[in-house]
Amino acid sequence: MSANDRVTLEELKGSAARRRRERIIRSAFFVSAALAIVISVAIVLSLLGDTITFLQGIQLVDLLADAWQPRSGDYGLATIISGTLVIAVIAMVVATPLGLGAAIYLSEYASPRARAWLKPILEILATIPSVVLGFFALTVLSPALVQPLCGNSLPFTLASAGIAVGILVTPLVASISEDAMYAVPANLREASYGLGATRRTTSLRVVVPAAISGIVASLIVAFSRAIGETMIVAIAAGGVGGAVFSINPCLPGQTMTGAMTVIAIGSDAVGGGVAFNSLFFIGLLLFFMTMILNLVSEHFVRRMRKGY
Amino acid sequence: MGAQTRPVPPPQSATEAVEQAIMGHKRDWRSTLFELALLLALLIALGVLVWLITDIFIKALPVFQERNLVEFLTNPMSSNPRRAGIGQALWGSIVLMIFVAILAIPIGIAAAVYLEEYASDNRLTRLINTTVRNLAGVPAVVYGLLGIAVFVVFLRDWTGGQSIISGGFTLAIVVLPIVIITSAESLRAVPSSIREAGFGVGATKWEVIRSHVIPYALPGILTGTILTIGRAFGETAPLLLVGAVTGGFAVAANASITERLQGPYTALPTVIFSWSRQPRAEFRELTAAAIIVLIALVLIINAIAIILRNRYARKW
Repeated sequence: MSANDRVTLEELKGSAARRRRERIIRSAFFVSAALAIVISVAIVLSLLGDTITFLQGIQLVDLLADAWQPRSGDYGLATIISGTLVIAVIAMVVATPLGLGAAIYLSEYASPRARAWLKPILEILATIPSVVLGFFALTVLSPALVQPLCGNSLPFTLASAGIAVGILVTPLVASISEDAMYAVPANLREASYGLGATRRTTSLRVVVPAAISGIVASLIVAFSRAIGETMIVAIAAGGVGGAVFSINPCLPGQTMTGAMTVIAIGSDAVGGGVAFNSLFFIGLLLFFMTMILNLVSEHFVRRMRKGY
Repeated sequence: MGAQTRPVPPPQSATEAVEQAIMGHKRDWRSTLFELALLLALLIALGVLVWLITDIFIKALPVFQERNLVEFLTNPMSSNPRRAGIGQALWGSIVLMIFVAILAIPIGIAAAVYLEEYASDNRLTRLINTTVRNLAGVPAVVYGLLGIAVFVVFLRDWTGGQSIISGGFTLAIVVLPIVIITSAESLRAVPSSIREAGFGVGATKWEVIRSHVIPYALPGILTGTILTIGRAFGETAPLLLVGAVTGGFAVAANASITERLQGPYTALPTVIFSWSRQPRAEFRELTAAAIIVLIALVLIINAIAIILRNRYARKW
């Protein structure tokens, strides 16, 4: 064995062909990842172009009309934004107690065996497609719940769509906040029990505050999903053609997403014109609204990760 | 007033007094009530699921009783409710899922590999990560608008406009961020000792990834991507925007594959949507029957994912 047998740096680097292959593979992976940025930019650009066309094609006063009726040139933004908010608020009124209640029960009360059974069933609820919940809202929730409560016999209402959206996002609230509560270290609970606290006090005063970032994030994500939910609204809220400003949940109404489907499937001859461009304007608003909500929830998730 | 409802004998000794204080001598009804309320929340959520499935099943029953199931699954769409079937819709959905599988899964996994294995923690990486998570939260209907602008209008010559190609690409973009996120989670769960073992024997990065990291992360990646396909199966809004309500594959029987792919199409969830808007009672039954088929398929896809997860789940 001579000194020349020592492994040199050149040898450790491997052959040129091998290094070239590594570089090519690395760039291919990078391109795939960078596609996310390309898609985001493409979304903004494609929305922006037609939004400008739309805003040039109408009088800006039309945006302040008290109705959303593209066929007659009324683009009252207040109508569809308030419709969206009414539905999202009803959805949160349904999903917050159900989702958080289920989460606290699964995380703090259920035995491991019960948890192993109940969680997958809740996950099945999460897989029900929204178009199915829309049909359920129209054919079941509306006659069985909403009509008796409202005292009318309207098949299409904001309330029935809102409740169905609430059912849709309940598993989301439950699973994100349950994860957050389950991740709270056991020694916090033990300390609380050691002081003589009951399970209820421990859940509400120790676990929930410790997991609050995750819980808030779950609610924001659910709200964002409720704003963007489309099919339930398109089927059950009843904004066919157009809608007049109304925030009464017992009446039909129109949301941003609902208005988009009406124009897109364009049974009435609006395709191609200014009304069609309004799609992109609503889409851009929706994109930014949900983006802000997502960034805020991201902030809370990061705070939760830092916690323990 | 409490003395009558809970007669507590006076403690005889100090030990007994302490014991009584620890055990608590009154029934804590507020705790019981709280637990019941929590249980009720969970049961309502699960009860809705049972209610929904039984109700739709009962509505669908006449279709399954009066008609042959195979006939319903294979017949084309029709305005005559006695003949209408979901044949084209099923085909459309299957072709769309093939698009999603071919496009979104490899690109999604590749992006996840870059983000987890290659990327250093710099500004660009953080930007990509934030963008991916943000895209996952963008409402699906907005992707439909992207589909209109890019695939239906801009690439019209190549996609044929409102075609299943446009639909497939749009749907693939909808699910791409979710594939990236779930794959990245599985990759992150592979312990670094596995990688170090590979580097220790002189393997390059790609060799380590191919032979060590991906095999270990694969069960998790597969589960995540299959669940994603289940979700894509029920996705409706983006397809409505890129034209899936235009009807079945209404092209000549001898049309080439390209012509078929560039022609009009439909998918199961969009058929459910258009039937649910029909006021006639027969269409209510058809809608319910189509929903049963959709839910059954989604559940089968999810069951496959869960079986895979349980079979290959690994504890480090």
